[in-house]
Amino acid sequence: MVDRIPILKMGQYLLLSIQVDMHDQLAIDLQEDLTEQIVRHKAKGVLIDISSLEIVDSFIGRMLAHIANVSRILDAKVIVVGMQPAVAITLVELGLSLEGIATALNVEKGMRWLERTVDRDMSLEPESDDDTDISAEAGN
Amino acid sequence: MSSPILASLLQQHEPEVLANWVAAQRAAGIRADLIDEQTVQANSQELLRGFAAALAQGSDSLEAPQWKPVKMLLDRLSQVQSRQGFSPSETATFVFSLKEPLFTLLQKHAENPLEHIWTTTQLIDKLGLYSMESYMTGRETVIREQQESMLELSTPVVELWRGVLAIPLIGSLDSNRTQIVMEALLQKIVETESDIAIIDITGVPTVDTMVAQHLLKTVTAAKLMGAKCIISGIRPQIAATIVHLGVELGDVVTKSSLADAFRLALRELDVRLVANTNTIR
Repeated sequence: MVDRIPILKMGQYLLLSIQVDMHDQLAIDLQEDLTEQIVRHKAKGVLIDISSLEIVDSFIGRMLAHIANVSRILDAKVIVVGMQPAVAITLVELGLSLEGIATALNVEKGMRWLERTVDRDMSLEPESDDDTDISAEAGN
Repeated sequence: MSSPILASLLQQHEPEVLANWVAAQRAAGIRADLIDEQTVQANSQELLRGFAAALAQGSDSLEAPQWKPVKMLLDRLSQVQSRQGFSPSETATFVFSLKEPLFTLLQKHAENPLEHIWTTTQLIDKLGLYSMESYMTGRETVIREQQESMLELSTPVVELWRGVLAIPLIGSLDSNRTQIVMEALLQKIVETESDIAIIDITGVPTVDTMVAQHLLKTVTAAKLMGAKCIISGIRPQIAATIVHLGVELGDVVTKSSLADAFRLALRELDVRLVANTNTIR
C-alpha cells in the first residue's frame, strides 16, 4: 500500500504522477500535500499525470476539480495530462466534465502549455499575438 | 403411436425409397447450379438412414434423444443451404418430398395404410418445420455477421495530417454504433497523440436526441484527454432538428464542411499551406 503520492518540484512547477489506484484517503492526503507544497515552493504550475490511472470514480473526479480550484486560488495553473479513453468516458458518463481544468495528451504537451501560459502571465508587456494552444482551449 | 412397421419396411426397401425420394426431389427441381446430384444422393441417404434408425427405436416426439442425430443432420444441411443461397421452399422441399415415397411404400405393404400415413405425415411435417427453423437460424447468423462486419468497416478513423484525425460517419447512428465510434476515436487519439479530431457527419441522414447526446459525450471525453473536436458536415435538416430538440451543443466547434474543419485544424496547429505559384498550370 502506498502512503503518499510523491510530488516532484521542477523549477517553478510541481509534477505529480498518479500511478496507483486512488483510494479516498490517498486523495485527501494528496490534496493537503499539494496545497502545502504550492505555497512552500511558490509554484506557478502543477502538472498531474494520470496516464497510469485506469479506474476512476466520482470521488476522484471531484478531487481533481477540487485540486484545480485550490491551485487556482494559490495562483498556480493546473493541467491534467494523459487521461485514458476509458477514464474519460467514465467521467463523462458520471457527468463530470472537469470544467475549467486544462488537459493535454501527454506530459510533453502539458509541460509546453504550462511554460507558455506561465510565461505569458509573468511577462510585463501585454502581448498582442493570439498564441493560444488548442489543448488549453479544450479545457476551458 | 410410432410406426414400427414403417421402420421395418424402411430397412427392407431402403434403396427403393431412396431412389424414389431422389426422383421426387428431381421432379420438384434440383438447383443444379448450387448442388450436384451426388451430394443430393448422399444427403438423402444419410437422412434416410438416420430417420429409419430413429423410427426403429420408437417415439414420435422430436425431443426424444434418438432423434438427435437426425436433427443435427438437418441443422447442418439447412444452415449450409441458407448460406449457399437456397430459397426457403427449396430447403423445405428436401424434407417434404420424402412423403411421397414413404406413402407409396406404406400403401403397398402396410395393412392399415391410412393410419400409418397419418402418423408419418405428422412426423415429416415436424421434421420439415425443424429444418425451416434451422434455415432461419442460419440466415440470422449470416445477417448478424454482416451487421458486425459492417460495424467494423463503418468506423474508420483516418489521419489527415500529423495531429489531425478525422472520422467520417456514414449511415444512421444508433447508441451501439456511436459507442464504438467513440471508443475507436479516443483510442486513436491516444495512439497518434493527435490534438484535433474532426467528426464528419455528412453521411448521417438523421440525428435524434440520443445521437446528439452521444456526440457531445464523445467531444467532452476527447476534451478531457486533451484533444479538441470539430463537428463538420451538419446538414440543414439536422441543424434544424438539433435546435428544435433543444440540444445544447455548448462550445462545440462546428464547420460546414470537412475542408473547412481541416483548415481550422491546420490553423490551430500553426501550419500554413502555400500554393506554389511558380508551377505553370
